[in-house]
Amino acid sequence: MNLKFLEDLKRDIVENQVWKAIFRHGYEDTPRNRVLMVTANVFLHLHPAKVRRHGVRMRFTWCMGGLTFLMFLVTVVTGIYLMFYYRPVAEYAYADMKYLEFDMPFGMLMRNMHRWSAHAMVVFVWLHMFRVFLTGSYKPPREFNWVVGVLLLVLTLLLSFTGYLLPWDQLSIWAVTVGSNMARASPMLGHEGPFAEFVGVNPVYDARAFLFGGGEIGPHTLLRFYILHCIFIPMIASILMAVHFWRIRRDGFSGPSL
Amino acid sequence: MAEQSKQRPTVADDKVHTWPHLVRMEFLVALFVMVVLILWSIVIDAPLEEPANPTRTPNPSKAPWYFLGLQEMLVYFDPWHAGVVLPTLIIIGLMVIPFIDINPEGNGYYCFKPRKYEILTFVFGFHVLWVSMIIIGTFFRGPGWNLFWPWQHWDPHKVVALTNVDLPYLLGFRDYWWSAACGAVVVGGYFVVSTVAFYLCVLRIKGKEFLERWGLVRFVITAMLFVTMLSLPAKMFLRLAFNVKYILVTPWFNI
Ligand code: HEM
Repeated sequence: MNLKFLEDLKRDIVENQVWKAIFRHGYEDTPRNRVLMVTANVFLHLHPAKVRRHGVRMRFTWCMGGLTFLMFLVTVVTGIYLMFYYRPVAEYAYADMKYLEFDMPFGMLMRNMHRWSAHAMVVFVWLHMFRVFLTGSYKPPREFNWVVGVLLLVLTLLLSFTGYLLPWDQLSIWAVTVGSNMARASPMLGHEGPFAEFVGVNPVYDARAFLFGGGEIGPHTLLRFYILHCIFIPMIASILMAVHFWRIRRDGFSGPSL
Repeated sequence: MAEQSKQRPTVADDKVHTWPHLVRMEFLVALFVMVVLILWSIVIDAPLEEPANPTRTPNPSKAPWYFLGLQEMLVYFDPWHAGVVLPTLIIIGLMVIPFIDINPEGNGYYCFKPRKYEILTFVFGFHVLWVSMIIIGTFFRGPGWNLFWPWQHWDPHKVVALTNVDLPYLLGFRDYWWSAACGAVVVGGYFVVSTVAFYLCVLRIKGKEFLERWGLVRFVITAMLFVTMLSLPAKMFLRLAFNVKYILVTPWFNI
């Protein structure tokens, strides 16, 4: 092989208008390029260009925040795949699950990955919170980001919970029934809660009915949970994650003072 | 761990380039976790039971596992308390942590000694109460929400005598309003006595100067949350040791 030919080819590829329109800098290992790798990339620039040495170590972060985010991304990707085949209608939902499992290419795998990464996300977010507590990373100036984190924790649980109903099998409707029954006991807002009689709520008009879209769990609940699960909560969670990541950069990653 | 804080780096700048040092780490960890997740998903199928049937209630009906801590609390408190008030307080309690913890030690590194009581409180609430309730709810609860060992047969006809009585009844009160008054005194007394005890503990451990810096608002919020958290094991103890059903019975709510 003629090496000269290869060099020419490389020059032709990287030194033309199209390539340069996409890639703004070279790849030689220079400090400048290392910085540009991060700052010139919209995804990587979630990071600062440089980080303190201890922050890179796994034993400091346990990688838990990042893995929570990874699990979120996995559920988004696999969830979109599932949405192509799933109809949130009581007559079809269960049949669509079977269809997904037995007929769709990779349907079962996508469903499993969606399910297990959602569980993993719950575990990881708890561990993440625990590590942030242990390193005291919520102390000034990061108080607010901890509060954002707690909201993310609640949203993570609600995401899992609303998704639990969608297979529309015995497991899902009864788990969601048990979980939602607490709403009917809310003080004043639930028809079985304390002081309900003074507010005038009733079984078809109280906190649980608002959640269910009716007095009992039923087709209306399925649609409601579907929209909460696929649109509303992911949207809010994404916004809060953007705030969370932005704040980590603004406040600086925690570490022992120099 | 405490040593670590002493060996803080003294150099002015200990920074490394994110690319490649951090990105490389993230990539490898993500790769590893994805491999495990995919293998796991190939081997273990997500559950799918019979089609939903609103007329057939399974026994036991369990909430998703991450909510079993709440369902387990229902054994000890009524739904309005265990299902609504306590979860709300847990969320609020978590959110206020950065504002009530004014200890400047351990900001950004691991240490135990200087933050012993903070860490022990968190571990107690999170691991001892929340996680162990989830484990009990997941593995030890069978039909009728009765206790079963994991290897025991779930007998749906297991008979458990319901011998629970209200605390005022145990103490000899028979009249309705006297019982309510007795319950109110016990609950109110619990909060007052525990708050005072909490104050004395803080005074002994952290000193007067700390309490002054802490301020009244922080103290009251912390004390209320802490005492409420301890009310769960307190009620569990009363239930398990003396079969106490309620402490306070009123026409509107029971505790
Ligand atoms: C969907 C949920 C969440 C995601 C995706 C997420 C993601 C992240 C990531 C990627 C980091 C960078 C450091 C690391 O990996 O540890 C981080 C840091 C942080 N997280 Fe989260 N997090 C979530 C939930 C939470 C929760 C529940 C809390 C606390 C209650 C929290 C509080 C914090 C704080 C205070 C930091 C800054 C840590 C430092 O500077 O050392 N986050 N988060």
